[in-house]
Amino acid sequence: MPFVLIGMIVLFSVLEPRFLDVDNLSNIARQSVFLLIITLGQMILLLCAQLDLSVGATVALVSVVTSLTMTRLGDGGAGSIAIGIVCGLLTGLVVGAINGFAVTRLKVPAFMVTLGTASAVTGIALILTNGAPVTGLPEEFTRIFGTGALVGIPIPLLVTLVVCLVMYVLLYRTNFGRSVYAIGGNAQAAHVAGIRVGVVLTLAFVTCSLLVATSGVLLTARVASGEATLGASFVLLSIAAAVLGGTSLFGGEGRLGLVILGVLFIGILANGMNLLRISSYLQQVVVGVVLVAAVAVDRYRAHR
Amino acid sequence: MRVEPAVELKDLTVRFPAVTALDGVSMSLQPGEVRVLLGENGAGKSTLIKVLAGVVRPTSGEVLIAGDSVTLTSPRHALAMGVSTVFQELSLVPTLTVAENLVLGHLPSTSGLVSWRSVRQAAEGALERVGADINPRTKVERLPRSSQQLVEIARGLMGEPRVLILDEPTSSLGEQESERLLGLVQALAGRGIAVIYITHRLHEIERIAHHITVLRDGKLVATVESDDVGDNDHLVELMTGQRPSSLYPRTSRHPGGVAFATDDLQGPELHGVTLGARYGEIVGIAGLIGSGKSSLVRTVFGLDPVDAGQVMLHGRPFVPRNPSHSLSQGIAYYPSDRKREGLALNQPLRTNITLGSLNAIGASKRGFLARRPENTAVQRAVDSLRIRPNLPNRRTEMFSGGNQQKAVLARGLLHSCPVHLFDEPTVGIDVGAKADVYRLMDQLANDGKAVVLVSSDLPEVMGMADRLYVLHEGRVTAHLGHSSLTEAAVLEAFFGPGQIEEGIS
Repeated sequence: MPFVLIGMIVLFSVLEPRFLDVDNLSNIARQSVFLLIITLGQMILLLCAQLDLSVGATVALVSVVTSLTMTRLGDGGAGSIAIGIVCGLLTGLVVGAINGFAVTRLKVPAFMVTLGTASAVTGIALILTNGAPVTGLPEEFTRIFGTGALVGIPIPLLVTLVVCLVMYVLLYRTNFGRSVYAIGGNAQAAHVAGIRVGVVLTLAFVTCSLLVATSGVLLTARVASGEATLGASFVLLSIAAAVLGGTSLFGGEGRLGLVILGVLFIGILANGMNLLRISSYLQQVVVGVVLVAAVAVDRYRAHR
Repeated sequence: MRVEPAVELKDLTVRFPAVTALDGVSMSLQPGEVRVLLGENGAGKSTLIKVLAGVVRPTSGEVLIAGDSVTLTSPRHALAMGVSTVFQELSLVPTLTVAENLVLGHLPSTSGLVSWRSVRQAAEGALERVGADINPRTKVERLPRSSQQLVEIARGLMGEPRVLILDEPTSSLGEQESERLLGLVQALAGRGIAVIYITHRLHEIERIAHHITVLRDGKLVATVESDDVGDNDHLVELMTGQRPSSLYPRTSRHPGGVAFATDDLQGPELHGVTLGARYGEIVGIAGLIGSGKSSLVRTVFGLDPVDAGQVMLHGRPFVPRNPSHSLSQGIAYYPSDRKREGLALNQPLRTNITLGSLNAIGASKRGFLARRPENTAVQRAVDSLRIRPNLPNRRTEMFSGGNQQKAVLARGLLHSCPVHLFDEPTVGIDVGAKADVYRLMDQLANDGKAVVLVSSDLPEVMGMADRLYVLHEGRVTAHLGHSSLTEAAVLEAFFGPGQIEEGIS
């Protein structure tokens, strides 16, 4: 992965000198944080040999719930902002809990469960908004969480750094992280060894959805409106980024650092193509081809 | 006239990046000969058969089949050359029927359409050749493991091979099924097929082997005629390079109170089992596949459901719920199928050793890992069980079967439970590792733990057990003390009611 990434950076900087401008690089970082946070959630589930196809829909619902709460509460003060954020995160918690319950208790495969929640959650977001964007968010909210900075670091980036740190501790320094890897490696063996597989899996789904909700709140601040159509591309991109970063679809394998590189790869690819004025339709084609090719190159190197 | 050997290896060497797996091995096999390959895990047996199966290419040396030097490039090529390999891991597709599996890869067809009639005929013929009474239209996943093994062998024989390689074919079979398979091997040899047979079960060797080739550390140590073998100790010495002390250690034991007991326990495979184990003794449980011997310990551990009956643990009623609960109540279970239920193979060995026991060893502080206690526990386990190589951060699948099994054992020991249930703990591991496992069980019993040993390996369970229960169709059919253990008495109870001794101590 590092080699493919470096190759792409070299290519873009040769084709378009502006690519390496400080402004552009910080642009890449700002644009990548939403995908990064979601991908880390997706990664936990992939490590458990599960997956979440509802991440895009959850982003949309969180966005709608957050902005509706803030606008309906009306005063635009710190209180309504805080309540809005909490409601957004709670929405994620509920979706994750439902996913986890259906997978562990009802024994429905995650593929079907999250496909179902994706549809239901999107529907709820559309019902709540009648399909129209929610506007009139408190200015404070969009200013702080959209464009604000603390000691020169944009708030969304700061949140992302904290999320990365928490994820590192969670995966490599806790029992939970150990159990996640072990369950992905062999769920039955983990069960026989005395791991409470159902509990761990449910927590994994909740963690994923909470991260998705975090990203949803930040994205809402960034676009300054609540939209039921937000985030549809995150499903494909989050799985792709995690797999690009070497995460196995069959569980138990994946490193945090490489997954972050995988997200950067996708962020840089999109950014570079924008600079080169490649049409957005063609970009979709390129992304699809490049994703498969990059994973193929990676696998080839691994098996040589 | 000299008969051309069916297969001949000349100075075969296979080097992998880190190790020399085979080092200048030469051997030849006549048609109709049964050759047993013997060696500890990692001695090079697997590499040797992988070369013949076309999976691994030799670094140097030559393979001759029926006198012609060949380079086997793929499993398909090896098959076409008349070398058929039945690996230990079953390679059947569970969701297809027996017939479909048998013709997989060469489905008979006319102008692109499958001819199901020829498929059925081919399948029936193949099954008949191995003497298997199996309906070719059954799905493989519905067959017991022993029948699956026969299907696997039937498939190996589909192309009329010159050479048949069997890698531990009896490792998952019971006594009776094994016996049938050994008979089949002899019949095949009688028809002129050269058979290479890998096994860890020493008593099978005298039954079928013409010659025995012993490998150690990739080198051929000796090829001996089976009539010249004498006793098993000689073979063990050749394999390990050391004179074995008695394989089954028996230090003096002082059984205490009853650790656990079942009363009329019933479940899917159990139809009223009443037995018990005391602290400080080893209780053996024997029986055929399907007798319920494995299900009994699984039920007590909370893996199989209880329909009726009672379990007493440390003198109190105990309702098995799940493994996590059973471990917390002091029962450790060592699963028989380490690949399926024992290990996460793509994880570091360390993870597997401490899996589920992080709390028990104090390596978890409010959910956070404490590296130092974990390292200490892992290192102690590695040392005391002699796990090799001493690289606990290496992926588990890189270790040999014996060392993997030791990791499973190490994990259970970390819980320091008073009750230990071993389910086929020595399947597919070499003699050296077996001796370590036996030493461990003896030590546990000596330390006052209750040890239960479920095993299909009759010499093993008879050698280790202070008392032995024999199960048949989910019921206890015999209960024998160590002094009255005879093979005849145990075998009789395999098939129905036998001897129940009262008041054994």
